[in-house]
Amino acid sequence: MWEYSDKVKDHFFNPRNVGALEDSNAVGEVGSLACGDSLKLFLKVDPDTDRIIDATFQTFGCGSAIASSSALTEMLKGKTVQEAMDITNKDIADFLGGLPKEKMHCSVMGREALHAAIAHYRGQPSPAEQLEGELVCQCFGVTDLQIKQVATENKLTTVEEVTNYTKAGGGCGLCHEKIEEILLQIRGEQKKDEAPPVPAAKRMTNLQKIAKIQEVIEREIRPMLQQDGGDVELVDVEGARVLLALRGMCTSCPSAALTREGIEAKLRELVLPDLVVEEVA
Amino acid sequence: MNPVYLDNNATTKVAAEVFEAMKPFFCERYGNPSSMHSFGGNVARDVAAARAALAALLGASSPQEVVFTSGGTESDSTAILSALATSPERREIVTSRVEHPAVLNLCRYLARDKGYTVRWLSVDREGRLDMEEVQSKISDHTAIVSVMWANNETGVIFPIQQIGEIAHERGALMHTDAVQAVGKIPLDLKASAIDFISLSGHKLHGPKGIGALYVKRGTRFSPFVLGGHQESNRRGGTENVPGIVGLGTAARLAAKNLDEENDRVRRLRDKLEQGVMAGIPFAHLNGHKEARLPNTLNVGFEFVEGEAILMRLDEKGICASSGSACTSGSLEPSHVLRAMGVPFTSVHGSIRFSLSRYTTAEEIDYVLTELPGIIHFLRSVSPFGRENLEAICRVH
Repeated sequence: MWEYSDKVKDHFFNPRNVGALEDSNAVGEVGSLACGDSLKLFLKVDPDTDRIIDATFQTFGCGSAIASSSALTEMLKGKTVQEAMDITNKDIADFLGGLPKEKMHCSVMGREALHAAIAHYRGQPSPAEQLEGELVCQCFGVTDLQIKQVATENKLTTVEEVTNYTKAGGGCGLCHEKIEEILLQIRGEQKKDEAPPVPAAKRMTNLQKIAKIQEVIEREIRPMLQQDGGDVELVDVEGARVLLALRGMCTSCPSAALTREGIEAKLRELVLPDLVVEEVA
Repeated sequence: MNPVYLDNNATTKVAAEVFEAMKPFFCERYGNPSSMHSFGGNVARDVAAARAALAALLGASSPQEVVFTSGGTESDSTAILSALATSPERREIVTSRVEHPAVLNLCRYLARDKGYTVRWLSVDREGRLDMEEVQSKISDHTAIVSVMWANNETGVIFPIQQIGEIAHERGALMHTDAVQAVGKIPLDLKASAIDFISLSGHKLHGPKGIGALYVKRGTRFSPFVLGGHQESNRRGGTENVPGIVGLGTAARLAAKNLDEENDRVRRLRDKLEQGVMAGIPFAHLNGHKEARLPNTLNVGFEFVEGEAILMRLDEKGICASSGSACTSGSLEPSHVLRAMGVPFTSVHGSIRFSLSRYTTAEEIDYVLTELPGIIHFLRSVSPFGRENLEAICRVH
């Protein structure tokens, strides 16, 4: 049994704004019957002021999915489209007095439907199309870009958290390694953003740099790739560009792009924060 | 207000008679049955009486075939690991895709970490095994065949005797997790081709924390819990005397009027089933209509999600359970319903009602007055199936 807050129960037992909105000019639909939950959000936006006049929903899903949808419609009314864009999944969960961690994906579904509706209103392609990326979780149809976005926004650090928020990895579990790589990559990028110029690194000569990169590849990266039947070879280093050749299984691996990014993150972490990895044949 | 409890495949109420029988063994007759003094030694007689009562319910040839354990899960592990230990030259296990996690996860572990080969038996849309597949998967390499007697989610009953005969033809041992079957269908193990049976006290109005493993006389055996000489060296640890006495009493109660009680429960279940099917459109029975436990009804409601149904039933004081993903904490719906190929439109909205000898006709009437409104409301919130439902409503 889930420990739902009183506010979740209230919005589940007495959902607000249920049904289709006849004269809506912004509709966002996410999820599917197969995945176990789905939300269709209807907005009526005043085109002169960009203000949301009305919001309704239809949801197939569990208690917290219905409650999150109901809460979202209440939060949206009276906001401008721009203000609505700033609503995060955490805002939805907070509005409800919190959600069990395994149910956070319900709040994420709310935000995704909202962004889809606003894109529809603006005549833009849906965020799902923009966020095409590469399919990571086959069971629930979640891409690397979706995972990256939700993980960054919610500061997620473990595969379990990513599953709670996006469902990715909650089925067969075959994509757990890929999710790890994405998390690793995010950590690498955050390091880059935060890291002030590293004086020690700056003093590194080109030869020292190449030696250090070679060492990290040998010690950290190759053993990891070799486990999956792949391999990598350092071809050249030109300034901050590290030219690598993927070998073995890596050449045909559908996640080669992730592998490249994973290696880059590792090299940035352990050698220099400004390195860029490029793949050469 | 007492809840309308229709979740008896999860656990049952301890019968008042069972509780009364257990009471003296906590503060008064707390002796150890292995002791030399009469204060403890006399308790051994109560343990023996409980063993005899359970053996009678099972139709065993001797009380010595009953080994008390901590429950169904321990019994399952004991039986399967014993078979593997006593037939080291055989490296294969045959089991079904719809087993309880107590067997399913043990078999997965044995395949993944211990190098055994597990041959999985599939089920059809009605949850039944294909006997030709059973025949083809059991071989001279099979150490043990483990197939549940009745499925906990759908109530579907498997032809265990027939499977046991096939297992024996190939020299394999036969185990069945009969946790859901004991007390609900008549058993006669004397004449059976079954070597091990697992059962659990709390599924038949006994206490939690006690179960038993039936081991047919003459079956090769290797204990799982090592320790003292208890249970004729087959299960170490001081006996859970109050639990054993409780299970014995529960077995006596179950054996009494078993057929009459089950007929009454079946009629109530059928009334619920007919009421649901007549009153709620787009509802489908999960599991074979006939080959099924008398107390179990599993229905898939299209276009709605199980947890939402359960929460609204709970608000009305009705306890049931669901094969929906959202109720388990995992994101995938029931492995049983998926193995049966129940379509996505209704797998997430599947609800199990399981009755007991304490279920009343008034309770069933109450569920039938509340349930249609709940399903109708959730469908009115759902974005799916609207057109279909509206078409149906126009016809009516």
